[in-house]
Amino acid sequence: MTLTADPSLTAAPQDGAAPLSQFERDFAAKRRAARRGWLIGTVIFALVFGFAAWIGDFFKITQVTLPDGSRDWRWIIPAGLPRLGDYLSQTLPTLRWDTLGADFAEWFWRWKAWLRLLLETILIAFMATVFGVIGGFLLSFPAARNLAPNRAVLWITRRYLEIARTVPDLVWALIFVFCFSVGPMAGVLAISLHSCGALGKLYSEVNENIDMRPLEGVKAAGGTWFDQIRYGAVPQVLPNIISYTLLRFEINVRSSSIIGYVGAGGLGQEFRTAMSFQEYTDLSALFLIILVTVIVIDFGSEKIRHKVIGLEDRP
Amino acid sequence: MTSALTLTNVSRQFGETFAVDNVSLSIEPGQFVGVIGRSGAGKSTMLRMLNRLIDPTAGSITFGEVEVSTLKGKALRQWRRDCAMIFQQFNLVDRLDVLTNVLIGRLAEHGFISSMTMNFTDAERAMAIRALDRLDLVPQALQRAGTLSGGQQQRVAIAKALVQNPRIMLADEPIASLDPANATSVMDGLRDINREDGITVLVNLHTLDTARAYCDRIIAMRQGRVFFDGTAAQLTDDVVRDIYGLDGLRDFNEAVTSTSVRSSVPA
Repeated sequence: MTLTADPSLTAAPQDGAAPLSQFERDFAAKRRAARRGWLIGTVIFALVFGFAAWIGDFFKITQVTLPDGSRDWRWIIPAGLPRLGDYLSQTLPTLRWDTLGADFAEWFWRWKAWLRLLLETILIAFMATVFGVIGGFLLSFPAARNLAPNRAVLWITRRYLEIARTVPDLVWALIFVFCFSVGPMAGVLAISLHSCGALGKLYSEVNENIDMRPLEGVKAAGGTWFDQIRYGAVPQVLPNIISYTLLRFEINVRSSSIIGYVGAGGLGQEFRTAMSFQEYTDLSALFLIILVTVIVIDFGSEKIRHKVIGLEDRP
Repeated sequence: MTSALTLTNVSRQFGETFAVDNVSLSIEPGQFVGVIGRSGAGKSTMLRMLNRLIDPTAGSITFGEVEVSTLKGKALRQWRRDCAMIFQQFNLVDRLDVLTNVLIGRLAEHGFISSMTMNFTDAERAMAIRALDRLDLVPQALQRAGTLSGGQQQRVAIAKALVQNPRIMLADEPIASLDPANATSVMDGLRDINREDGITVLVNLHTLDTARAYCDRIIAMRQGRVFFDGTAAQLTDDVVRDIYGLDGLRDFNEAVTSTSVRSSVPA
């Protein structure tokens, strides 16, 4: 038969269908591989999660006292949860409608001291933000891969920023309280150093995304490295810098309100006294004060940030 | 103002490839020189080596008695001031106003403090305004550079180059991103500067008719080497075909690549 003997004729229809069936095979293989990968990933995740929970005492069986006074072995989570409620209810003050004014006065009995400490807290955050911005801003240029004058400078500034931000501000505060004694200055230095590291990293990432052509324009006119940064880079990154700075101020208010716990000034020291004297209603009062402050500052800085970004959109 | 710019066996290697390969040239003061050639022929690299944005890997560049290729530090910055550079993408700082962009041309004269605080003298400001006036840009002086049109931005770049008080002006495809009307005003600006101030102009071009219309001397590059060096009249169609490697393209038409307003309307 000539029809089957001619290879070109029999091969032609197969060639036409080949790409489609090839796709079907590839697609099926890809789906199998994806399912297998998902299964392996899920098993590994479950194992790691279970191990971490075991290390973290999540499966601990502990001896608890039951309401009737007898002791028994119970899983720690259902046994411990009611105690959270007990603690929270202890921090709540007793407020009665007919003596509301007097009850509030009793709840916020130390309001004069707290107001002074609140002011101190905000001032610590403000000063720390100023120092952190100055340090972070200056170091963000040598820490940016595209702007660093050489590898050694890049390496040194990056490692410095890493150390400054990896150590938590509470730990820096412990060190500075040891050096400069108890007081707000230790807090300012601790938060400054941590902010400097965190901001330097964020700013340097902004720097790495800039358009390099203006810098070349300054260089071609005979500008130094500093001139290139000042005229070519700074105008480009300024809106982002302002935005990150305001965000950092919010974070620093939160940090400075707890940092007094180790003696570095601000409201935090009141938490410590209230806990050690078991003045539980003080805790809820302090928590309310900080919550309101943080909300007010968040709201204000967000308004300013949007204004800054809004100005950018206009030509 | 009588020093010639001389290149002796200048090469620049990027990895294995020679962007510029053993180029020797001498450019007399006051000339208007056009450099043409295909993309990747080494035109940009050569221009950038002249003001040392790129360093040559071999050979020497001299200006009169000065050995340009070994300058360092302050001397290098002063050389860059002396040979101003204009870029295809303008390279202005979009978020600074036009006046400050022009004053960037004065930075080589400034110390650290006055430059970081953007503290320029009244004399410098007057100089910048005069330069802007020559290019009809005084009304835009306080606008942000980013809000200007491409042609206006390129003229700001020329004003910035002018306040450097340069002896040579290098222009790297200054009209490649401009429409014909703006291209004409930019090229006319360069020609005025060349004729009135006697500043040597070296300009990379993609459009042959622009090169013919403005340049005293045309240098063509091909694969990093100087392939042709002469006047516009000497640049015949056969030479052009060799420069651009248009062997298969018999009906080569200059008007196709033209950005000139005048020649785009055939008589």
